[in-house]
Amino acid sequence: MGTVIDLSVTSVRSLNADLHALPAGATDSIRVLRPDGRHSLAAGLDRPVTVEIDGHAGYYCAGMNQLATVSVHGNVGVGVAENMMSGRVHVHGDASQSAGATAHGGLLVIDGNASARCGISMKGADIVVGGDAGHMSAFMAQAGRLVICGDAGDALGDSIYEARIYVRGSVASLGADCVQKEMSPSHLAELSLLLAAAGRAEDPSEFRRYGSARTLYHFHSDNAY
Amino acid sequence: MDSLRESATFDRTTIAAIQRAARTGVYDIRGGGAKRAVPHFDDLVFLGASMSRYPLEGYRESCGTDVVLGGRHASSPLHLDIPVTIAGMSFGALSGPAKEAIGRGASEAGTSTTTGDGGMTDEERGHSSHLVYQYLPSRYGMNPDHLRAADAIEIVLGQGAKPGGGGMLLGQKITDRVAGMRTLPPGIDQRSACRHPDWTGPDDLAIKIGELREITDWTKPIYVKVGASRPFYDVQLAVKAGADVVVVDGMQGGTAATQDVFIEHVGIPTLAALPEAVRALQEMGVHREVQLIVSGGVRGGADLAKCLALGADAVAIGTAALIALGDNDPGLDAEYRALGSAAGYYDDWQDGRDPAGITTQDPALAARLDPIEGGRRLANFLRVMTMEAQTIARACGKAHVQHLEPEDLAALTIEAAAMARIPLAGTNWIPGVSF
Repeated sequence: MGTVIDLSVTSVRSLNADLHALPAGATDSIRVLRPDGRHSLAAGLDRPVTVEIDGHAGYYCAGMNQLATVSVHGNVGVGVAENMMSGRVHVHGDASQSAGATAHGGLLVIDGNASARCGISMKGADIVVGGDAGHMSAFMAQAGRLVICGDAGDALGDSIYEARIYVRGSVASLGADCVQKEMSPSHLAELSLLLAAAGRAEDPSEFRRYGSARTLYHFHSDNAY
Repeated sequence: MDSLRESATFDRTTIAAIQRAARTGVYDIRGGGAKRAVPHFDDLVFLGASMSRYPLEGYRESCGTDVVLGGRHASSPLHLDIPVTIAGMSFGALSGPAKEAIGRGASEAGTSTTTGDGGMTDEERGHSSHLVYQYLPSRYGMNPDHLRAADAIEIVLGQGAKPGGGGMLLGQKITDRVAGMRTLPPGIDQRSACRHPDWTGPDDLAIKIGELREITDWTKPIYVKVGASRPFYDVQLAVKAGADVVVVDGMQGGTAATQDVFIEHVGIPTLAALPEAVRALQEMGVHREVQLIVSGGVRGGADLAKCLALGADAVAIGTAALIALGDNDPGLDAEYRALGSAAGYYDDWQDGRDPAGITTQDPALAARLDPIEGGRRLANFLRVMTMEAQTIARACGKAHVQHLEPEDLAALTIEAAAMARIPLAGTNWIPGVSF
């Protein structure tokens, strides 16, 4: 039985301060009750702890996560797991905009739908969305993998760099420099592992892969006097 | 030749620009800030002591220069010895030795330096006693460990050279190390986003600031930097969002690489932005509680003193710091000319061939800059700036440079009088305020 923190009587500041004060390597389990959409819950964790949030979280839940496993049994606001470096964040409901924005590592799982700009500027993390993802997802995505089990909105992968996108459903439109690419056996294997890690049962062969055409990599401009 | 007449509209610079565009088909990208003449601090003068003002004895009587930044909400504000900070400039735009030299010089002078797009390097942290960590739209190299290792955090919304623009670092400067720090393939032209990826507008910014405070346990001062375009509203919104310090960068502020048309035609002069920023803080009742740092064309102690007199708490320098390190050194004139430029004109900071070893990632060129000597030159320059400001402050009867005030100033032009809200010299007239 881990620690239980009730946010109807404890502040977010107190919760985060306690989490940050845990000794290096701590593996504590913390259950958070009555989050009621509060922002910055479990932000800045850098210990391999487990945090279960019972209810809806606001903006930047598990922001900049390192090592920790954070589960949200509800929906999350803007920027869940933004700039995550490692660890695992699992949203059992839906996620608002910019889920996993700029995340460098770790795994973000969203069982429901993700709103616009999911995986924007992602830099190496893996994101698996069980439902649909909104417009401009993977905008300027640099590295990592974004898996969308449902449909993708407009301008998918606009200005994408080296991130890889897998979509099972429809794609409303592709953004600038984003193209469909061949699904090789290695990509199927990669996707299978991602789906398994996220606890998904979808068939990898039903997905298509998207990535950069790399036509925007050079600006074609200098001071050529 | 005396009978030839140059057109004011199509002058030689304009003609050359048209010819260059026609020849290349691409727009001009360069470094630095606005080159055009705009109303600036040279258009103001100090009145000095007189019958009704009592001066302090030059260089003997005490005149303080210290400043505290970020005490509004942060538990560990910055205590600086001088009100001159070093503006954000990235490793990538600048060489490793240049960043080290800046850290050394700023630390020796008792002030702060600032990271830039692309993250924090160990050399920079190691040589900077006070290091401000920039939090930019690209989030290149953004690392929570670095956030915690910084002494302050600066959320960057824009730069004076390009308000509303993102950034670029051309491929010739994207070495393996720079690429690795930014998670990008080496050699590609790198675009830095113009919008933050996970917040939109001032209400979101308040929540973002709250997150950064939570992650750093409310210890770090949080700055918000804006490029000068609508400074009154931007400053008020930054304050409302919870900023401890607001940084306003005017159009003369430098950039590592931006379109010339952007640099010259977007944004407003520093002289116009500063009084608006002060008015915004005063109207909210937080002038001095929220500190104001002003940058963009600050070149010496007189500019510093004028900024302080107009209500700033500190200034930031970028271009002047690079010049102090050795940028545009006349001794390199032949090498600048070989690149199609000349000492005193060199602004191709984007192309990575800087003979001074400052704006380059070429190992051989970068090795030309001795970071110890560069740091010494920068520290000298910072000391001179400070002493110059003290000289002026004493002449105005001030025991601390922060005591300088608008009443100590007069304007030399109607434009400067209107922008700075300072009477035209010899009159009581402030255009738009008095008649």
